Amino acid sequence: MTEKLIFEHSRPGRLALAQAPAEAPAIDDIPAALRRESGVGLPEASEMDVVRHYTRLSQLNFSIDTHFYPLGSCTMKHNPRACNTLASLPGFLNRHPLAPASHGQGMLACLYELQEMLTTVTGMDAVSLTPMAGAQGEFTGVAMIKAYHESRGDTARDEILVPDAAHGTNPATAVMCGCKVVEIPTDSDGDVDIAALREAVSERTAGIMLTNPSTLGVFEQDILEIAEIVHGAGGLLYYDGANLNAILGKVRPGDMGFDVIHMNLHKTFSTPHGGGGPGSGAVGVGKRLRDFMPIPVVGKDGEGDAATYRWLTEKDVPHTIGRLSAFMGNAGVLLRAYVYARLLGREGMTRVAEFATLNSNYLMTRLRERGFDLAFADRRASHEFIVTLKRQKQQLDVTATDFAKRLLDYGFHAPTIYFPLLVPECFLIEPTESESKETLDAFVAAMVAIWDEAKADATTLKDAPVKLPVRRLDEVAAAKNLDLKHESATAADA
Amino acid sequence: MPFIPHTEDDIRSMLDAIGVDAIDDLFDEIDDSLRDVSLDSIPTRASEQAVSRLMGERAAADAGGLCFIGAGAYEHHIPAAVWELTTRGEFYSAYTPYQPEASQGTLQVVYEYQTMMTGLTGMDVANASLYDGASALAEAVLMAVRANRKSKASRILMPASVHPFYRQVAHNICANQGITFEAIDFDSRQGTVDVDALERWAGEDVTALVIPQPNFFGALEDVDALTDWAHTNGALAIGVVNPLSLAVLKEPGRWGAGEGADIVVGEGQPLGAPLASGGPYFGILCCRKKHVRQMPGRVVGRTQDIDGRDGYVLTLQPREQHIRRSKATSNICTNQGLLVTAATIHMSLLGAQGVENVAATSIANTRRLVSKLTAIDGVERVFDAPCFHETALRLPGDASAVLEALADRGVFGGLALADFYPGLENTVLVCATETKTEADLDVYADALQAVLVEQAQAA
Repeated sequence: MTEKLIFEHSRPGRLALAQAPAEAPAIDDIPAALRRESGVGLPEASEMDVVRHYTRLSQLNFSIDTHFYPLGSCTMKHNPRACNTLASLPGFLNRHPLAPASHGQGMLACLYELQEMLTTVTGMDAVSLTPMAGAQGEFTGVAMIKAYHESRGDTARDEILVPDAAHGTNPATAVMCGCKVVEIPTDSDGDVDIAALREAVSERTAGIMLTNPSTLGVFEQDILEIAEIVHGAGGLLYYDGANLNAILGKVRPGDMGFDVIHMNLHKTFSTPHGGGGPGSGAVGVGKRLRDFMPIPVVGKDGEGDAATYRWLTEKDVPHTIGRLSAFMGNAGVLLRAYVYARLLGREGMTRVAEFATLNSNYLMTRLRERGFDLAFADRRASHEFIVTLKRQKQQLDVTATDFAKRLLDYGFHAPTIYFPLLVPECFLIEPTESESKETLDAFVAAMVAIWDEAKADATTLKDAPVKLPVRRLDEVAAAKNLDLKHESATAADA
Repeated sequence: MPFIPHTEDDIRSMLDAIGVDAIDDLFDEIDDSLRDVSLDSIPTRASEQAVSRLMGERAAADAGGLCFIGAGAYEHHIPAAVWELTTRGEFYSAYTPYQPEASQGTLQVVYEYQTMMTGLTGMDVANASLYDGASALAEAVLMAVRANRKSKASRILMPASVHPFYRQVAHNICANQGITFEAIDFDSRQGTVDVDALERWAGEDVTALVIPQPNFFGALEDVDALTDWAHTNGALAIGVVNPLSLAVLKEPGRWGAGEGADIVVGEGQPLGAPLASGGPYFGILCCRKKHVRQMPGRVVGRTQDIDGRDGYVLTLQPREQHIRRSKATSNICTNQGLLVTAATIHMSLLGAQGVENVAATSIANTRRLVSKLTAIDGVERVFDAPCFHETALRLPGDASAVLEALADRGVFGGLALADFYPGLENTVLVCATETKTEADLDVYADALQAVLVEQAQAA
């Protein structure tokens, strides 16, 4: 089953004009040289055409609402409906970003309280909600670290240490901030190689970017020692909050010694992921970086019923690294996170980490019992863990990709594959706290069934998927013969 | 337990399978000193009913008012079908389409979006979105520095008629890479780029010229001349546009005598995103084909499956951070996918005629508002250049005080410009989109008249 393009549903003269003004008034004061002469190439369709088309397209997706989606490092948990409904109340949706703060006290109160809750649960000193996704949160963190060193006249610090298992956004961010990347290797237990770290730090160290638990699915056991080494060398510690779900309310990055952290609210606070965003990369800071926070931040004057809220700007945060979005980041995403946090409460936050970890360790145990190899068999799983299919590749010539594609046929979204790159034929599996034991058991059964299929005839996996709208797509051809837009639509209209 | 399905039996049998006594044992690799956490200042859980009541009260407190503020975020009617469809769980709760066979819905939507954006802008290629218009400009600047290999200076000419927040964001994101921004003043009569100020850079090494259309004042720049100036001087032309305006204004792909703008960015909000206090919106980025490998962010391509059926995949991934790491074109990963879905549905419902009607009606409403307001004694237009759906008006008194008094009467009368432009004291930027009726325009005019009388009497 596939669906035509909306442009192929288009018929000249078919309009859905209930949704727009009935006509275009004449424009007589804009010179012809500034006016458009050609068509814009948008489809002409009825409302029913459009509704059917996008409903059908939606049905071609896997999603949390329809499928188990154990994508490692992505925290695909249930998205409670109240979060969307309550963030979409007309009073919130219709407010202009530059309307006076006096006419936004409701929204500002939510954001202020969210700042406070996130500050507490991460053990930091303050939170700025403005970064619009994890990668922008990372940028914020490294930019603050740089600004901190420069404010002290410590201008030679231009190196950011990054473990080799880190997300690609970490090194990319360091470079965007004008820093050099120094990779730190991982030891056989999946922890940062402490000896290598001691070698790497110097008077040029600006800081280290660390995910904990790491992308290898294990808690960094030497975190306090790492903090001591980096701080001892004059560097600061940055916490990549991609995996915050593993420790929410159980352990706090601030207590581990981190100076700045970002949180992916679209992961840990379930805001949701929307097929690729919007996210939210709120940052928490320790004492050293408080003065450098990006604006706007929400401030509070007075207490109790007399409390009023306002945006804090350059005037209130004089050393701020400044504004990173035109207005207030992804404000609507923040309201969703606020609702989620209130529905959970403090006891619910801790429970997130506990049950995410329980599900992960249970799933890991069951897969090991059925003969699958773990990348770090002697370690506890955090909220995620890694299976390596290296043996299956050697014995049966089936790859992690083959397993992943066949899982789709069984109605499970595949785990993250081939990341981290350190582990061959890697499956990074994150079940999250919202999945039931039955679902986890069914996933194990599917993995076992697929392995059996591979033993019987590897082509069953090589041919997969066979039950989806399309079979394996030729990504090489896509990159070689770039087809990035539908041509006839614009050509016909121009 | 909220959002956790486990029964007591489940927990017991799962712990038994793992071989531990309690969930806490699963955290035993973590240093004891780190495991003593107090969250007492966070409230205990509230029921959905209680949170609904609280949010209902807070939303009500923020509701109301007739909005004539634009300045980068515009109130437009959003068809009911847009967010009904966009919040279907299959779109709303999917991840980035890393498994294309299981994500054809999202991928095809993005491909349709790319087609629509290239149609609107007249450019060759569109990416799958950036965070917002301001950060998209920052990315365009970084992209221009990579793409303009003849320029060694990393120097960007940034007109003062570009949105002040966009200029700040571009500086904050790019400055760490040694890129310098040179301000180009605006002509105080026209409200558009001062050609003499620009001409001072002729013959210098300039990496790119930023060209806003319409500019922050709503005024229309001479985009042909600016684009030609950039190309004559070895600079790339970066357009910053309101996508809705392209229904009636010349598309950047045809700016100037040559091949048009090189990179085009803009705020996608007018295409289906609610105002929502500033976000989530989405950043548009389009470019000419020869720059595609320098483009940041995701892009979707059409290909075939092994049976020859059309399908869609993320492509050109070697530009991106998860492959290239420190050598990537940007650190961006998550973008604004759901807003792109909304925009694509929005544009499909409106069609070519609908977007033109919205744009032209917004232009006409702003004209009518301006004529009603300038009929009031002492209120006059600041700039002579033709405008899109927004313009600056000078008031006979302090703009902030007038706006405050208007807000008390339920009218958000615009943005005071003096905070951003010393010299534009007593000036407000006003906008009336297609959402405003004749009666709404009269409400504003009557309120302004009354406020000005009050303030004159008080003075």
